[in-house]
Amino acid sequence: MDIQLVGITVLWVFLYGYLITASIDFGAGFFAYYGELTGREHIINKIISRYLSPVWEVTNVFFVFFFVGLVGFFPDTAYYYGTALLVPGSIAIILIAIRGSFYAFGNYGAKKSRVYTFLYGVTGLLIPASLSTALTLSEGGFIEEVNGEVVFLAGELFSSFYSWSVVLLAIVSVLFISAAFLTYYASRANDEPALELLRKYALFWSAPTILSSILVFVALQQHNPTHFERTLDYAWFFIASLLSFLIATYLIFNKKRYGTAFLFVMLQFFFAFFGYGISHLPWILYDYITIYSGYTNETTGVYLVIAFIAGLCLLVPSLILLMRLFLFDAEYVKGNKSQ
Amino acid sequence: MDELDLDSAMLSRMLTSLTLGFHIIFATLGVGVPLLISLAEFIGIKRNDPYYTLLARRWTRGFVVTVAVGVVTGTAIGLQLSLLWPNFMQLAGQVISLPLFLETFAFFFEAIFLGIYLYTWDRFKKPIYHWIISIPVIIGSTLSAVFISTVNAFMNAPQGFTMVGGVLTDIEPLVAMFNPATPTKVGHVVMSAYLTSAMVLAAITAFSMLKGKRSIYYKKALKLTMTAGFIFAIGTAVIGDFSGKFLAEYQPEKLAAAEWHFETTENADLVVGGFLDRETEEVKYGLVLPNFLSILAHGNPNSEVMGLDQVPEDEIPPLFIHYLFDGMVGIGMFLAALTFFYMIALRLKRFNVENKWLLRLIVLAGPLSVLAIEFGWIFSEVGRQPWILWDILRTGHAATTSDSVGLMFILFLLLYIVLGTLCVTVLRKMFKSNPAENELEEIARTK
Repeated sequence: MDIQLVGITVLWVFLYGYLITASIDFGAGFFAYYGELTGREHIINKIISRYLSPVWEVTNVFFVFFFVGLVGFFPDTAYYYGTALLVPGSIAIILIAIRGSFYAFGNYGAKKSRVYTFLYGVTGLLIPASLSTALTLSEGGFIEEVNGEVVFLAGELFSSFYSWSVVLLAIVSVLFISAAFLTYYASRANDEPALELLRKYALFWSAPTILSSILVFVALQQHNPTHFERTLDYAWFFIASLLSFLIATYLIFNKKRYGTAFLFVMLQFFFAFFGYGISHLPWILYDYITIYSGYTNETTGVYLVIAFIAGLCLLVPSLILLMRLFLFDAEYVKGNKSQ
Repeated sequence: MDELDLDSAMLSRMLTSLTLGFHIIFATLGVGVPLLISLAEFIGIKRNDPYYTLLARRWTRGFVVTVAVGVVTGTAIGLQLSLLWPNFMQLAGQVISLPLFLETFAFFFEAIFLGIYLYTWDRFKKPIYHWIISIPVIIGSTLSAVFISTVNAFMNAPQGFTMVGGVLTDIEPLVAMFNPATPTKVGHVVMSAYLTSAMVLAAITAFSMLKGKRSIYYKKALKLTMTAGFIFAIGTAVIGDFSGKFLAEYQPEKLAAAEWHFETTENADLVVGGFLDRETEEVKYGLVLPNFLSILAHGNPNSEVMGLDQVPEDEIPPLFIHYLFDGMVGIGMFLAALTFFYMIALRLKRFNVENKWLLRLIVLAGPLSVLAIEFGWIFSEVGRQPWILWDILRTGHAATTSDSVGLMFILFLLLYIVLGTLCVTVLRKMFKSNPAENELEEIARTK
């Protein structure tokens, strides 16, 4: 395996980690706000806050890790994406900043405020929408280099059917992943009313994830036929994703094994995400950067991989400890152990 | 002055300064406060003293809020490096991405254990187990400061590569990371973060005491923070002196600009404060300390110190950095003197360490120490101009070409105003609605 491939795989794994953990977080924010609007906050908000409080910072780091690693392995991305994404990137930063700090202000601060919950809920949908456009851009056609200057064609992006289909998929997926996880968490906590409500949310958002995925395929065929052709070469990824989805939904629908169900939701997105990623290769930015052309020098690449392996040896046990304390400790999940 | 031109490079510098200037306050506290929390918790366990434990708990509660702002603004600066300086990242990223990558690992590690630390106060049978969790938090936060400081050190003393016609070859990431600026930069950043955190916590304590809260809880808090502050102040001063010698050897024009030292001479004098007449290159009303610049630069009063006469006109940094340097050093000396005086006073039975004036000075020391951090960073960054990568890449050539930087500056300015205001409001509310006295009563009851 080329070192370039190792690099992009590492980064993709972390982006997948962010996709799952951040979706749970983003969706939870929306459900918390929706719960407050419909007067049901007392049912689900405890469950949400018990899970989120210890882990929100970790979620954020997955993202930082991804973009620092991307620029490290592939410095050319800094040049192209950096120049093109100043405005959308800044808006995403501001949304993330508002979300993270307002969560802390509201949760650790003296008193809950409606404004905090509102912002927390709304940013939960806006952030995935804005971040997903980075993936859209990578398909090409929205960034152009003219006479040595990188230009972002914002108009093209906003009028693109493909772009909007990705945004739709991002939002719907966030809600589905989050609801599926929180259903599992509520079942661990033996919290019947919360479980019932969250299970309904999960089922409600299940079919839309598949429908919007199909929509993305259709749009991709129009936008970047080459990439679409390549996805067909890796069709088994997407079939595996669909099967995982069916199993997960079956389990949730039949009120069985919510933990396994969530595992299959993770697999559903794992296969789809990696199928998308593999078929996208070798391009990082279509027509401009491939993982080979944009690669840093060999020495730095090797050091980064070594650093990554060493870091992983440190992180994996720590993450397991974190999960054992807050995810798999039934007493904590039930709220019998708090501060 | 071409610096007042609001082109995209200048605006990029302004936006980067804005984000860094705001972030550095929270980053500094993020590095130092965990150490003080851990100290307080440890003393509490060892002496079986519930006051110290309460101190650790209350500091932690406030700390979480500042950490959140630190995390989100850190994310902002991380992304802004690529958004505002794409050419710099494309070039320097080839050499210096290793410590940037390592920094995220350290930060990751810290985030995991901070989450655990916050929510496991009563979950372990032995309190010492909970204290142990603070160790990886300290290691993570200090290491992330170490790694990110090596990146800044690299910008001041780039090495570990050869540049041939704009292309980098012979790249050695470890040589780049451990450049000549690294030891002093890292030491100074970490030690001054510890110092500032101790002084901010001392200032908060002294403020409460001035408001008439005089229970033993506050006395213990003041003793802990001021003692720690004294040790860190000495450390900062010693490392600061090494930093001066580093500059003399590797970035002599930065030192010369900071000291308004125009002519290369032996027995160079140090000028503190004063006004500069740009035409005659004469300093008026400054305090002149004979031979002191030679001592600062080389540890020898007779040594020669390079002046600005040796520097090409277009490579001289802005001369206002003189005031920043003096401000930083002045505050550092004030903090050392203040904590030293407190330590002496503590041992003198006749002197009342809760003297109103002493407390007032301690309250003042909090914001001053934060100001010194700001001065230090602005001095370091402006003093490197016109370079972003010293002697390799000019700042003006590294910035984005986008036209929207000005608008983004306004958006981020608004964001930081909102975050800063809310952070202070939330912290004040938090401690007002649950004063230490309530929790102290509980301690008294259980005793």
